[in-house]
Amino acid sequence: MSSRDAVLARIRAALADAPEPEPVVRDYRTAHVRGANVPAKHVPDEYAAVVDLLAENLADYRAHVHRCAEAALPALLARLLAEHGSRSVAVPPGLPQGWLAEAGGVRQHPDEPPLTARELDGFDSVVTTCRLAVAETGTLVLDAGPGQGRRALTLVPDHHICVVHTPDQVVASLPQSLARLDPTRPLTWISGPSATSDIELDRVEGVHGPRTLDVVLLE
Amino acid sequence: MSGRTYLGMPAFPVAAKASTKDERLRANLRHATRTIRDKRARAVGELDDWALLREAGKRIKDHTLRHLDTYLLQLEERVTAAGGTVHWAADAAEANRIVASLVHATGETEVVKVKSMATQEIGLNEALAAEAINAYETDLAELIVQLGDDLPSHILVPAIHRNRGEIRDIFRAQMGRWGRPAPQGLTDRPADLAEAARLHLREKFLRAKVAVSGANFMIAETGTLVVVESEGNGRMCLTLPETLISVVGIEKVLPTWQDLEVFLQLLPRSSTAERMNPYTTMWTGTTTGDGPRDFHLVLLDNGRTDTLADEIGRQVLRCIRCSACLNVCPVYERAGGHAYGSPYPGPIGAVLTPQLRGTTSEVDASLPFASSLCGACYEVCPVAIDIPEVLVHLREQVAAQPGHGAERAAMKAAAWLFDHPAALAAAERAASATRAALPRTLPLGPAKAWTDSRDLPELPAAPFRAWWKQHRTTRQEPAE
Repeated sequence: MSSRDAVLARIRAALADAPEPEPVVRDYRTAHVRGANVPAKHVPDEYAAVVDLLAENLADYRAHVHRCAEAALPALLARLLAEHGSRSVAVPPGLPQGWLAEAGGVRQHPDEPPLTARELDGFDSVVTTCRLAVAETGTLVLDAGPGQGRRALTLVPDHHICVVHTPDQVVASLPQSLARLDPTRPLTWISGPSATSDIELDRVEGVHGPRTLDVVLLE
Repeated sequence: MSGRTYLGMPAFPVAAKASTKDERLRANLRHATRTIRDKRARAVGELDDWALLREAGKRIKDHTLRHLDTYLLQLEERVTAAGGTVHWAADAAEANRIVASLVHATGETEVVKVKSMATQEIGLNEALAAEAINAYETDLAELIVQLGDDLPSHILVPAIHRNRGEIRDIFRAQMGRWGRPAPQGLTDRPADLAEAARLHLREKFLRAKVAVSGANFMIAETGTLVVVESEGNGRMCLTLPETLISVVGIEKVLPTWQDLEVFLQLLPRSSTAERMNPYTTMWTGTTTGDGPRDFHLVLLDNGRTDTLADEIGRQVLRCIRCSACLNVCPVYERAGGHAYGSPYPGPIGAVLTPQLRGTTSEVDASLPFASSLCGACYEVCPVAIDIPEVLVHLREQVAAQPGHGAERAAMKAAAWLFDHPAALAAAERAASATRAALPRTLPLGPAKAWTDSRDLPELPAAPFRAWWKQHRTTRQEPAE
């Protein structure tokens, strides 16, 4: 008998007399903030509150939050790269044309063909979009879609700038986010920069992932 | 590296007797557990539907366990369809053999590891070492344990028994033996210690061809695996190497993608007391051009089906390894994690280890007695495992065992508890504070008599010790 068959047989034997447990009831909230279930365009004020909560929670976990209009984005990105002292930036396929147009002094390198891990380690920064952001937890979710790149791209460089398109990428809660995500894609959930609680259970920012996380909320 | 094991460890009361005399250990544990307890209470308090999430989490797990064969087969099918390979391991030895042979097949002699309780449980690092494969732990706390040739003492923070000064000394003395040495003049500032770990491990991440991980959740419906972490070492291991081997207990499966909406709310707030942990990685099989080309999932039984067969004990398989129960346990805080003689310390260890390993050894037989049954663990458990109920049930099993070894272990453990008025006092206070949440369930059979007569008395509003302290007006201090 294979171990597969043996384990399955043991499970069935263990459960032979087990009663059917109580049914699963999903009576918990689908979101905790007011207005979270209302589509953005219908109640702009309440959607703005959700975006504010996202900004607040991102900042609470030491992400640097910036807000700007589309036209001002190239200048903001250039400033953030300069402030970090970046000399090179890795660029994912599909990052909108022109976003890095004003980052003149920074070497821009597309991840096509893919950079090796060692090459990536030589880059100071990476700029990406995201799939969505979750306000209640202050979380960005990347699904390797256009403008996001493969998972290693946002991991190895020490500085990640992530641009969130607020009109349609912010959801209030975890339940809302999962319903929008495609599990067949590789997903990375990011809530603040790399951190650890391993020394005396106290949170310290900055271990292996990017130690600086800039989030741009694009209006 | 990683030469120490729990084999041959003394029974809980013997080990606890030594560790409670270690002032530094006790101070480290007291500081760390109190910090996290307060933070957890705040994180949980943010969600006014916590009780409903907890109930949903409990029921999803119970439903999954009741149909475990169905969901494991579905998971196997989906992982395979997505490009992964599924292996089944009946016990630790088989799981270790499978992993070693997969590593050998790549031609590599080193692997990087994501923190994983399952691989601690099966002693994978030692098994790989015997096959001339070096396994490098990359979680900061696991690194501290591995470099210090130490044993883990907490589920979430295996080096919780070490303070910053000790960690600095370990880094200074040991990092150079295994790779990049600690920076000159390394201080004990946590940020500097984290930086030292970043520099030390970066080289290993960049050259690693094989990684070994566990998983927090596996989704049957989609074949997706989920790893929840903080530092980014998990992302490094799950993303950069060419081959990924994940060893996961069979109880970690969840039926649907939607189920994550419950567990991703319960787990981070219960474990690190955060709204969300910094990084979570989810992957389904393999993806061309993104992450490992080869993915192997090793499904581990190793005593879980025995636990599943126990009507009362099977609820322990709901555990999501958050470690909230450790952080509130007065016995854990004083005895320390090593006294439990397994990678699973604290209240959950006292009910999990004897079920996974049986109660034939003295240490395992003594574990169900390493508790004052105060109920604080049940109150904080995000999947409502009634740990006191299982403890009483296991005590009854141990008491019914032939031979006097078990009885001796039990008596020693009870004596230890009564010998430690501080532990008992804290237990009583905690019990009074949580009276409303205390389980009153009494197991069937002989255990019922046990609980009736000994273990779950009505709790007074103010325990005797608290009353005594309050009403005692003069106190004789020892002479200076």
